[in-house]
Amino acid sequence: MTPVPLTDFPLLPLFILLTSLLVAPILFALPESAARLRTGINLGMAALKVALVAWLAVKVSEGVIYDLRFTMLPGLEFKLQADPLAILFVSLSAILWLITTVYSVGYLEHGPHRARFFGFFSLCVAATVGIAMAGNLFTFLIFYELLTLATYPLVIHHGTAEALRAGRIYLIYTLTGGLVLLLGTLGLWVLAGTTDFIPGGVLDNVAAERPRAAQLLFVVLVGAVGVKAALVPFHAWLPVAMVAPAPVSALLHAVAVVKAGAFGIMRVVYEIFGIETAQALGMTAPLAAMAAITILYGSMRAITQDDIKKRLAYSTVSQVSYITLGVALASPIAAIGALGHLIHQGLMKITMFMAAGNLAEGLGVKKVSQMDGVGRAMPGTMLAFTLAALAMIGLPPLAGFVSKWYLAQGGLDAGAAWVIALLLGSSLLNAVYFLPMLHRAWFRDGTRAKETPKRPRIGWMLAAPPITTALMVLAVGGFANAPFSPLEWTRFVVAIAYREQSQ
Amino acid sequence: MTTDPMTFALFLPLFGAMAVFLLPRASVAIGLASVAATCGAVLFLARDVLAKGEVMTALGGWEAPLGIALRADGLSVTMLSMTCAVGLLVSLGALDSFKGTGQMRTRQYFWPLWLLLLTGMNGVYLGTDIFNLYVMIEVIALAAVGLTVLSGTRAALRAGLEYMYASILGALLFLLGVGFVYLHVGRLDLAGLIEAEPSGALSAALALMVVGLMLKTALFPLHFWLPAAHANATAPASALLSGLVVKAALYIFLRLTMYMPLLDEIMVTSMGVLGACAVLWGGVQALRAERLKLLVAWSTVVQIGLIFIAFAHAGPPGLHESWKVAALLILAHGVAKAAMFMAAGRIRAELGHDIIRDLDRAPVRPTLAQFTFALAAISIIGLPPSLGFIGKWSLLEGAMSSGYWHWVVVTMIGTLLSVAYFSRVFAGFLRFDRMRNPVAEHQGWALADLPPLTLALAAIGLGLVAAPVLSFIELGYPFGAAP
Repeated sequence: MTPVPLTDFPLLPLFILLTSLLVAPILFALPESAARLRTGINLGMAALKVALVAWLAVKVSEGVIYDLRFTMLPGLEFKLQADPLAILFVSLSAILWLITTVYSVGYLEHGPHRARFFGFFSLCVAATVGIAMAGNLFTFLIFYELLTLATYPLVIHHGTAEALRAGRIYLIYTLTGGLVLLLGTLGLWVLAGTTDFIPGGVLDNVAAERPRAAQLLFVVLVGAVGVKAALVPFHAWLPVAMVAPAPVSALLHAVAVVKAGAFGIMRVVYEIFGIETAQALGMTAPLAAMAAITILYGSMRAITQDDIKKRLAYSTVSQVSYITLGVALASPIAAIGALGHLIHQGLMKITMFMAAGNLAEGLGVKKVSQMDGVGRAMPGTMLAFTLAALAMIGLPPLAGFVSKWYLAQGGLDAGAAWVIALLLGSSLLNAVYFLPMLHRAWFRDGTRAKETPKRPRIGWMLAAPPITTALMVLAVGGFANAPFSPLEWTRFVVAIAYREQSQ
Repeated sequence: MTTDPMTFALFLPLFGAMAVFLLPRASVAIGLASVAATCGAVLFLARDVLAKGEVMTALGGWEAPLGIALRADGLSVTMLSMTCAVGLLVSLGALDSFKGTGQMRTRQYFWPLWLLLLTGMNGVYLGTDIFNLYVMIEVIALAAVGLTVLSGTRAALRAGLEYMYASILGALLFLLGVGFVYLHVGRLDLAGLIEAEPSGALSAALALMVVGLMLKTALFPLHFWLPAAHANATAPASALLSGLVVKAALYIFLRLTMYMPLLDEIMVTSMGVLGACAVLWGGVQALRAERLKLLVAWSTVVQIGLIFIAFAHAGPPGLHESWKVAALLILAHGVAKAAMFMAAGRIRAELGHDIIRDLDRAPVRPTLAQFTFALAAISIIGLPPSLGFIGKWSLLEGAMSSGYWHWVVVTMIGTLLSVAYFSRVFAGFLRFDRMRNPVAEHQGWALADLPPLTLALAAIGLGLVAAPVLSFIELGYPFGAAP
């Protein structure tokens, strides 16, 4: 055993969780009129969280191990840990939470039920942080269900019939997924006697003795988290959930729900089964195929959507599956692409959703066919949108290009040359559904632009966030090899997940 | 006079009941004081059990089999604590429910009935012989029927009458069983039963008692009286009836399975099948219920079914484990259902009705009561980290490891059904486009929301401390597991 540096503050992960968990009841209790106080608490906590996460990241990179646990049932523990993979996801959610909070404050400035909104918003982020730092599948399950419950009121925030219908579909999909996850967790507990996330997996013996049971468990677990990751055919809830307010959609697509699913797939494949065991069971190839189908299907459906947010939603279905694909290819290089894409997709998609929200707020534009000339009316917002769209298509040196580059290399490394064709095809499809939007925005004189000659004033709280994230898209792509860039951290994570193999 | 906490737990509420009956003007003060004092006695008892594991005492110094002996172990103290704690919070919630001047009569009868009920419940949890158990369930039935008809509406009276018939019939069947046992064994104390030779006559006696208990606890298909009775009582009474009263019969059933080791595979499985029917039928009925309180009452039928599945899930060899699961589920349901009924009562009080279809038309939204209802629903559905989740987890774990996949499937379907029927209510809470007037500034917060909220938070929070709760239940080895 190598000596492990002592933790100077072992409760740090719990504190990070509590910054958003404990603030929720306070936000619920605040009267609707106390807007300034609410904003202050929200931003203060979000900023505090970013600081704490930065501290945690520095400590973890120095090799400090955080491990918090207490027994809930005989043998079964509630466990929080801060491994490099957790840091990756926690930093993403902490930073984007701060930005989205600013955006939500601006977006909901005069809307109803703000106390409720920000309370559940905090709970949602707490659940995401819990999912990231869960040290075993049991803890993961607890936060996974909390995430479902916390996002439901956000999805139906408008309280209209359409919103409630979307909420019902969302609940049916995610709670059924949660139940299946409960079954899978129980199965794992009964089969392996532990639910801990351990690099290299915990199922080697079971896989050797009862391969059928292990295969079934893989299907159950990946299927369960696949619902939130919007893998086809479990994706139908995501486009419907578009009725939610723009900041919620941004959060749902970039940080919280879909990402929780993709992150769950990583945990299950890398740390429950272990990549080698999963490969030996013959389960990675079907998963890769499923991801490939989802990538193509999502893009194809995106082309025909006229509603901007729906088009973006189908694009998410497609883009999130890059992560699954990278995991399923079972190659360390592809894994770097997958983990990098976890961050990159988050940044790109949150930019686009916030930009779409600004279009709706500023100009009332909600459809692609109304986008003529919006570039001139809202240049900042549309520049951010353009940058993110080009990154999605995979234009170097933007973030999306880096992910696709590593995925393609990983495909070659894993001996799956079809991945290159898939990525080219997908990029082509991305171009087909994004470029017309850009063309309309910048190169066509819309009737709408003539109707609203003056630039709408939307306030800095709406204008600044998408521009910030767009700059981040530029930065993480351009400086992909700088220390502490997401990609560098990703290499660190992959080194751990594939440690067994390299030895 | 002994200074034993068990004696106090039994007689404090009894004397309290007499006192409030004699002094109706001071009913609130005396009633609350009696319940609080009983809580204190239970706390002392819990301390004793924690130290010694098992505590016995003979009333008036007369030993069994002649006298009345009282016995407490981890399980009985857990039940006592649940009864007293939930009872105290429901009492606090009732202060507000019966505040109006028109409620004078209701208030006058509520306190003696409730204290009598508490006496009966405590008697059941401390009793050691089956005749005393019979007496106590009669006391409970008397008080419970009184609580059901307390609101005085026509529907409540009809439901109360039905409840009374079911209750009397159940008690008679139980008494018949007790008589057979006495004829056959010549003893009535539970300790004597364990030494009795297994025989057909004893099995028949057991069967009679079990059917009587099933009627009292409303296991499908003997649940017919429950939905109307629980839905039409006033809110605090419903909370007591649904959260606590049905648990007394369940507890006796749990004890009997231990002391009469005659449960064969067929009987256990048929219990489970009835439980499964209750889960499915109750779920479907809850989906169709038009009123909020009726929906909550049907969910009680479902939960009782779930508890019987927990009995059955591991089969006879696993009964040493499965009783703990049943106890966890009983505890979880008791706390959460009391919270839920009180929250439903608050919603009804604010809106003036509890028709689910019209929840979203009201311009008044009692936010805190709705939140409480949702928290209680989380525990009842069995979502983490609530106590209901821990119960469901243990149930499924046991069923899976013994390969009883059919119980896993039924539990899963039941869970989905419960999500479906509770989400009808949530949709009513959160929909805003059908109102005729804009949402009122006053959102219906009141001090009366605090007791149900406390209970609901307890139902969620107890899940986090399930491990200590479990080890407390096992104190004194209620089911004779080897030390």
